[in-house]
Amino acid sequence: MLNTTENMPLLSAYIRKSVLDAVYNAASGHPGGSLGIVELLTALYFKEMKVDPKNPSDPNRDRFVLSKGHCSPALYGVLAERGFFPKADVKNFRKIDSYLQGHPSMRHVPGVDMSTGSLGQGVCAANGMALAAKLDKKDYRVYSILGDGELQEGQVWEAAMFAPQYKLDNLCIIVDNNGLQIDGDVSNVMNVCSIPDKFRAFNWNVIEINGHDFNEISAAFDSARACKGKPTAIIAKTSKGKGISFMENIAGWHGMAPKQSEYEQATEEINTEITRLGGAV
Amino acid sequence: MGDIQTKATRLAYGEALVEFGTNENIIVMDCDLSKSTMTTLFSKKYPDRFINTGIAEANMMSTAAGLASCGKTVFASTFAMFAAGRAYEQVRNSICYPKLNVKVAATHAGISVGEDGASHQMIEDIALMSVIPNMRVVSPADAVETRLAIKAAIDIEGPFYIRLGRLPFPIINDENYQFELGKGVTLRNGKDVTIIATGYMVSEALKAADELKGQGIDARVINIHTIKPIDEEIIIKAAKETGGIVTAEEHNVIGGLGSAVAQVTARYAPAKMAFVGIQDIFGKSGKPAELFEEYGLTSKDITFAAKGLLK
Repeated sequence: MLNTTENMPLLSAYIRKSVLDAVYNAASGHPGGSLGIVELLTALYFKEMKVDPKNPSDPNRDRFVLSKGHCSPALYGVLAERGFFPKADVKNFRKIDSYLQGHPSMRHVPGVDMSTGSLGQGVCAANGMALAAKLDKKDYRVYSILGDGELQEGQVWEAAMFAPQYKLDNLCIIVDNNGLQIDGDVSNVMNVCSIPDKFRAFNWNVIEINGHDFNEISAAFDSARACKGKPTAIIAKTSKGKGISFMENIAGWHGMAPKQSEYEQATEEINTEITRLGGAV
Repeated sequence: MGDIQTKATRLAYGEALVEFGTNENIIVMDCDLSKSTMTTLFSKKYPDRFINTGIAEANMMSTAAGLASCGKTVFASTFAMFAAGRAYEQVRNSICYPKLNVKVAATHAGISVGEDGASHQMIEDIALMSVIPNMRVVSPADAVETRLAIKAAIDIEGPFYIRLGRLPFPIINDENYQFELGKGVTLRNGKDVTIIATGYMVSEALKAADELKGQGIDARVINIHTIKPIDEEIIIKAAKETGGIVTAEEHNVIGGLGSAVAQVTARYAPAKMAFVGIQDIFGKSGKPAELFEEYGLTSKDITFAAKGLLK
């Protein structure tokens, strides 16, 4: 774990910039959901998780699975910021000669623990990793971020039954509860209703937080680590598109790349934020 | 017929897991079918390394991937319908795309499932699994071959699909048999016509060769236990050296062994071919022996097809 006096908001701003650059240069990708999980990923990779960019295959490392794999720009942004690969490579996202695949690929990208993209599968893989730790009597932890729309996939509930059955208290999932999916509000498309109640009914330890507040995120991870015998589900209220004014809370920015004028406006907003936080543009 | 030994390949599988699954890193998973898939034998010997997901096949495949990413060798078992059918995409995206060390060992393949009927008679699994990159597809002919195939799957890293049956199959290999992944086995030499078979149909192919011999036709019989990677050399030789090839499988004639063999001959040595298998229709309930008759999966059907090639 790193020095916890890292300027987390500033790191988040740098990562948001990477997300924007990646998607704009590719003219393809998923900015909305990616921007919404930046604080969560920053907290995971810069404070919570035991990882070493010089040793990405360390068998005793903590693992992370981006079950909502389409938010790869955010994952690549935080991995680059953390030093798993050069930041300069991020702008080659999705290009044919780049290793940065559109959805996370463990065989292509250093620091990616599981290939994802097809919703529902990542959280099950995370269960497998947590189970492996229990079988090997190792104390590494496993984290996974899911979308709230993703909860519509039945396989997620198979995982939700499995983790408490196998007492995977080394597993902590986070639901990115932004309320939106491609076709509109989750509650209108296919209401997943009370997410905390669902996970409590499946016998998980449930914590509800503001997914952009570092104090709440940190307290939730502490609580998850302290909980014995049950896995933890952190339900994080977030804004899709967070950090770019014209993208916030708009379903349309799920999978659309910004045009040049939008990119320039967004860059200016992020640069302003970076400067405000004492960073370098 | 009375003194032919038979043994179910799923039983050989369960026993092989116990025999070869001693390494602490081998994990066996099942979806509430372990008394049928015979993973129950492993679960009794090594309960800590047996994981039951309940009736959740998609979960099993993706969870297996997660275990494999942490250094485990995972056998994931259920019926072929659910392994290759229901959880196809999890096998494809969670296991094969990242090339993880998971062996999908699926039982109750084919029409010999019998009375359960069409919903359980998986006749498309060879096609579905063969068409995924990084996947190896093995269809053992008998219990002897199954035991060695399981050992090979443990020794060789990466994704496998192993197709096992429900019924006892005749044992056609002796204790000296050596299994080599990707290498077909010439069981009988012959120069008039070739019968290439897989799984249960290998024993029917041998019976057909006897029937043909009685009619003055010298048939070569080849067991292709590895559909992918397929033994091109043995197929090309047969195509060049005999008058035609009959393929025989307990599977749809579309997309399985027949198609795989035809792709080799079409490319390298065009040959006259006939395809014995399920003629692209769903199965139904019945006794397996009756179903084989009705669906054209007997030695008589192979003999008929072989003679048709030589007209």
